[in-house]
Amino acid sequence: MIFIPELLLRLALWLLLAPLLPGIINKVKAWVAGRRGPPVLQLYYDLAKLWRKGVVMSQLASPGFIIGPAVAWTALLGAALLMPLGPAGGAVSFHGDVLLLIYLLALARFCTAWAAMETGSAFEGMGSAREVSYAVLAEAAIIAAVLSLIVHTGSVSLDTMLSPSAGAGAALLAAGLFLVLLAENCRVPFDDPNTHLELTMIHEAMILDHSGPPLAAILHGASLKLLLFSVLLVQAVLPVGELSPFASAGALAAGVLAVTVGVGLVESLLARLAFKRVPLLLITAFLLCLFALLVAWKGGAQ
Amino acid sequence: MNETLNLVVGLAMGLNLIALGSSRLPTLIRAMSLQGMVLGVMPLLLEHERLDWRILLVAFATMAGKGVLIPSLLRRAMRAANIEREIEPFIGFVPSLLLGAGGTIAAMALARGLPLLPEHAGTLLVPGSLASILTGFILLIGRAKAISQVCGYLILENGIYLFGLLLIHSTPLLVESGILLDVTVGVFIIGIIVDRIQRAFDSLDTRKLTTLRE
Repeated sequence: MIFIPELLLRLALWLLLAPLLPGIINKVKAWVAGRRGPPVLQLYYDLAKLWRKGVVMSQLASPGFIIGPAVAWTALLGAALLMPLGPAGGAVSFHGDVLLLIYLLALARFCTAWAAMETGSAFEGMGSAREVSYAVLAEAAIIAAVLSLIVHTGSVSLDTMLSPSAGAGAALLAAGLFLVLLAENCRVPFDDPNTHLELTMIHEAMILDHSGPPLAAILHGASLKLLLFSVLLVQAVLPVGELSPFASAGALAAGVLAVTVGVGLVESLLARLAFKRVPLLLITAFLLCLFALLVAWKGGAQ
Repeated sequence: MNETLNLVVGLAMGLNLIALGSSRLPTLIRAMSLQGMVLGVMPLLLEHERLDWRILLVAFATMAGKGVLIPSLLRRAMRAANIEREIEPFIGFVPSLLLGAGGTIAAMALARGLPLLPEHAGTLLVPGSLASILTGFILLIGRAKAISQVCGYLILENGIYLFGLLLIHSTPLLVESGILLDVTVGVFIIGIIVDRIQRAFDSLDTRKLTTLRE
């Protein structure tokens, strides 16, 4: 019965650490711009405030309006539990769990888009359409990245797939996965999380009509997804699983911090791309992962 | 040894894709010239055991010619003709990028089946040259502006140069320097022609050159 406390510890770790990342990104952005910026714990305050508030429900909306965010949040949490943490492995691990991870992420996106379209607002339909159409390209990139890891390690289980470093194609894979991280989490070259112009928003346009606890679930889910992708990126590139427990925890934390600061820097130094240029960047991410796959394949053949 | 060589050729292949995906002329010219310089280093890597002054000269001339002289000529022509920096593609950026990537992968697969010398079998020289030639073709076919077509031609030439490196032992220095001189003179003349096209048509769009006039 060691399993239950360990599971609870993992849950607490994922749930409590996730809202830290957007805070760090905002702090980096404020630091680059020479402002003081909101406190690092701002998202915790926001979540606590939203949790106490009531829900405004449209009369048109079906219960899917509430169920969507809840299912999306649960799916993301399930994906987080699949993700191995260094030598400790994942809380749940089996042959082929990487497929479940990809499908859980897709399910979360589907539910957010579904809940967004419940109120019948035109803006939210537009946001959903954009999010889903970018996701098609981002998913191609992430599947290519996963394939390259599978070819490199010869395993389809996340535990063994992510523990060694990605070998010769690591730089390509890192660049590709970083672009996927930015696209999947709606960060700057793809979408501006701070924008309040309905015509240009993507993720924010989807959640315009949500309020109270469902909005809190969506925001927390988004930060969970950011943490999930940065952990995936760090573990795909660094041989975290082969280090001693303390060293791997340190490497993981330092890597996630580096990725977060990197996102903040990208966000401060780049402008968002015009919509028609976004597919080009996503195709670039796909090609980077595809060439990492090629390198893994060629390296394995020799 | 082969590792460094493959890394350099891989860099050149990456620059191919940057050239295909870039939407602005200065980026395209920069990618092309950087590729020329990267390829200029190649003879030094291939022949690092028995360096003599001729190989050093070839490498140096290639780097200076393709990395500095030709791009500066192109930039001059661009400034003189005062053209817009945006590239108008016939084949869009995403399709051309996908074509280039597909071509690179096909070149790798093809090079495996070719009967190469054993010392070249493990290197990326042949796939790299085929990929560059293909990139050059895509740029030549898919872009409307004369200057981006010139860049395509130069990337194609880079690919041929890379192929020629396989024969570095038996190619005389005269051939290498002759090719380099030809390319430089070619770009020089194209610089003048670009200026003339701009004056005659108020645009560098080669689509306007398809109809005959009295």
